[in-house]
Amino acid sequence: MKVLVPVKRVVDYNVKVRVKADGTGVETANVKMSMNPFDEIALEEAVRLKEAGKATEIIAVSCGVQASQETLRTALAIGADRAVLVQTDAELQPLAVAKLLCAVAKKENPTIVLMGKQAIDDDCNQTGQMFAALMGWAQGTFASKVIVDGDKVSVTREIDGGLETVSLKLPAAITVDLRLNEPRYVTLPNIMKAKKKPLEVLAPDALGVDITPRIATLKVEEPPKRKAGVKVPDAKTLVEKLKNEAKVIQ
Amino acid sequence: MPDYTAPIRDMTFVIDELVGMDSISRLPGCEETTSDLVTQILEECGRFSSEVLAPLNQPGDREGSSFDNGKVTTPAGFKEAYLQFIQGGWNALQFPAEFGGQGLPRIVSTPVTEMCKSANMSFALCPLLTGGAIEALLLRGAEEIKRMFLPKMVEGAWTGTMNLTEPQAGSDLALIKTRAVPATDPEFGSHYRLFGQKIFITYGEHDLAENIIHLVLARTPEAPEGVKGISLFIVPKFIVNKDGSLGKRNDVQCASIEHKMGIHASPTAVMLFGEKDGAVGYLVGEENRGLEYMFIMMNAARFAVGLEGVAISERAYQRALAYAKERIQSRDVAGSDKSVPIIRHPDVRRMLMSMKAHTEAMRALQYVVAASMDIARLHPDRDERRRHQAFVDFMIPVVKGWNTETGIEMASIGIQVHGGMGFIEETGAAQYLRDARIATIYEGTTGIQANDLVGRKLAREGGVTAKVVIGTIRAVETELAQAGNSALTAIGESLGRGTSALAECAEWITGNYKADIRAVHAGAVPFLKLTGIVCGGWQMARAALVARKKLDAIRKGGDGDAAFYEAKIGTALFYADHVLSQAGGLRDVVVRGARGVMALAEEQF
Ligand SMILES: Cc1cc2nc3c(=O)[nH]c(=O)nc-3n(C[C@H](O)[C@H](O)[C@H](O)COP(=O)(O)OP(=O)(O)OC[C@H]3O[C@@H](n4cnc5c(N)ncnc54)[C@H](O)[C@@H]3O)c2cc1C
Ligand SMILES: Cc1cc2nc3c(=O)[nH]c(=O)nc-3n(C[C@H](O)[C@H](O)[C@H](O)COP(=O)(O)OP(=O)(O)OC[C@H]3O[C@@H](n4cnc5c(N)ncnc54)[C@H](O)[C@@H]3O)c2cc1C
Repeated sequence: MKVLVPVKRVVDYNVKVRVKADGTGVETANVKMSMNPFDEIALEEAVRLKEAGKATEIIAVSCGVQASQETLRTALAIGADRAVLVQTDAELQPLAVAKLLCAVAKKENPTIVLMGKQAIDDDCNQTGQMFAALMGWAQGTFASKVIVDGDKVSVTREIDGGLETVSLKLPAAITVDLRLNEPRYVTLPNIMKAKKKPLEVLAPDALGVDITPRIATLKVEEPPKRKAGVKVPDAKTLVEKLKNEAKVIQ
Repeated sequence: MPDYTAPIRDMTFVIDELVGMDSISRLPGCEETTSDLVTQILEECGRFSSEVLAPLNQPGDREGSSFDNGKVTTPAGFKEAYLQFIQGGWNALQFPAEFGGQGLPRIVSTPVTEMCKSANMSFALCPLLTGGAIEALLLRGAEEIKRMFLPKMVEGAWTGTMNLTEPQAGSDLALIKTRAVPATDPEFGSHYRLFGQKIFITYGEHDLAENIIHLVLARTPEAPEGVKGISLFIVPKFIVNKDGSLGKRNDVQCASIEHKMGIHASPTAVMLFGEKDGAVGYLVGEENRGLEYMFIMMNAARFAVGLEGVAISERAYQRALAYAKERIQSRDVAGSDKSVPIIRHPDVRRMLMSMKAHTEAMRALQYVVAASMDIARLHPDRDERRRHQAFVDFMIPVVKGWNTETGIEMASIGIQVHGGMGFIEETGAAQYLRDARIATIYEGTTGIQANDLVGRKLAREGGVTAKVVIGTIRAVETELAQAGNSALTAIGESLGRGTSALAECAEWITGNYKADIRAVHAGAVPFLKLTGIVCGGWQMARAALVARKKLDAIRKGGDGDAAFYEAKIGTALFYADHVLSQAGGLRDVVVRGARGVMALAEEQF
């Protein structure tokens, strides 16, 4: 059973994101980048499936700039067997990524595609769902537990009311949530081994996918600074302010 | 919460742009150690250090290691972290593949070790000592001994110790009394029985690993007096059976551990050998050559302790910087409506810059020496190897002495930035100073390093290597003068004055060593400091030159982080004005200061 794990290169979660001066986007030059944390969890799950003897091969895929190779090297060090980079400098929106992943999936024939529920840069939470729809596969989103059993996979989902468990027919797409597992630390021997694992580079054209953005970004700006709070002398004033100023109670 | 983020940007700057990673990747056996691989290794180790080791630093200090009836328990979490550390393969990084290591060069192991030490100096001492013991076995161990011990030690499943010090033998190891008597018990093969007491043994006993391999200096019955009569032995806590399994408990016990000023989590043990029928020990190399072997290993051990100075400075700086941005106190001297974050006050800036500049200078010097250690070991050309070895030998006492002394100073400034809170343990700033304090003492005090520098490394060879170093610095000065940039010119002038002071002192020392050796030794530590300051300045000046070139390229449309390079030049300028400027004063101390040092007769004290 092959497992495909898409991984995205994003601004590191420790970095304080800044908007570019011209308002066209977020500053990424000279900013520390790393693997989207949700993708790390997806990859960890894939490695556990392999260690449990359920998966036979793990393929990490990334779509984006050449430097995404670094992210793929990390994926290989975590435990992917080989990597595919669909390389482009163009802006990629979720639908384009979903289509590229479809093209790769059709080549590779994975049984499961395990991916992050969203990327921490744009927080779209769309690619997994779009991918499953385009493939005509079952989908289990926001997984906090994944159990593969024969030609089925049971996915426990984190939903508003609590947990929901669905049983999907394979092949299926699964997007993972934070509580699924705790990713391991990369070991030194695995970093060394990763250097020798295959990393294939493809062009979107060669996959026959049109990646032209469908949505135009007009402007990106910083969220308004939070105004300083005020101290109120007593509960009565608080209630008054909530009624008359904030107008949140009646 | 005092956290730590590995300074990967500055580390890779030094590795790639100051040392030049290709000068290492070109060495036989290092072909695969490319810059991108090194960065990946640093990132993963940085993550492990910040997330696993750093959070244990302060609790480890509070709890400390504890002793009960011969057993030592390390603080909560240490055992699990150690297991993760060895499972991650970090212990094996620089050791030969033959014994399960990755065989990576020092230019990689140095930043990796720096991270572990910054995150948790007490923790990092355990692998440091294991590393020392491994080096000794690699150097002189018999094949059988190597096969028996090295794979487990390289993995980290067994740890190592260095048993040198005795109550009457600290700086002067010639006074060692522990005895080793040849024995014939067929059960243990060719062996000795050891009897004696060792003190101050780091990780002499602990609960992190299933076996502890002690390297012990001792005298055989017929050994000559003094330094020529000391041999090196290996004494395992548990005897290792032929099949590699653990056998009998050896006759070596931990009698107690010390209550100390710092590194509380690192147990410092009193070890008793041969309370019953003698501890079974195996000779390493030949009899009576133990100290000689120690001297060969000394470079690595002293280098590693020097790195503690860099590591503590970095951690103290990060803590102080975070506080300075948060703490609101006093208005801006140039006027402000309200109180401002203290980072705006010129004096706080000065303190932060001093920490930043010293840390970067020390790091650059340390890594440049690391690279020379690699070249001295691996370069195919003999002359090239010799040239780098001479540089390493000259720099080791400087890196050990200056970096650790500076580490204490920086940790102290870190406290000052915090004001009253720095003195309060909760902040964590005080721990860095307490921990840093040991580094100028073990592996040879600063006084011993300075003796080594002025004696063996300078006077004995007539100042040959010093002259080569000075010549190299002069070339950098010329480059700075020709750059046609006001900051670089100023740095060059300051470096020039420093180098002149260094040259003058080196000449004075070589000239007076025979005639007035006391006078030379009276100025040995100030000379060591002067050498450190000037060599640190040399690296900062080189960094400024690199940064200037990079900025010019960026201005012409090239890629790169302009803010980083601008900061490098600013930091180098600060170093030139505030640190290199001390060189003249130190020169006066070295060439004139002896008369005051020896002015009083012993009875006058
Ligand atoms: C926490 C800790 C951990 C340690 N870990 C280990 C370990 O793992 N293994 C081990 O074997 N030892 C260890 N040591 C011992 C350490 O190496 C010694 O303390 C150190 O070498 C100094 O020796 P000493 O304490 O006997 O001081 P002394 O040698 O008595 O020195 C006292 C003072 O005299 C000065 N002095 C002595 N001789 C000279 C000289 N010739 N010229 C100028 N000045 C001189 C010294 O610089 C110092 O200022 C440790 C010590 C501590 C405190
Ligand atoms: C053990 C102990 C005992 C004490 N005992 C007493 C006591 O009995 N009674 C009492 O009232 N207080 C006492 N104090 C408080 C002590 O006087 C203050 O800690 C001290 O004045 C520093 O103030 P701070 O801690 O707020 O540091 P901060 O004022 O926050 O200073 C932090 C840093 O900013 C710098 N800084 C602040 N303002 C400026 C400026 N304008 N220009 C340049 N640099 C600036 C400081 O020099 C320092 O490096 C005690 C403190 C301790 C730790």
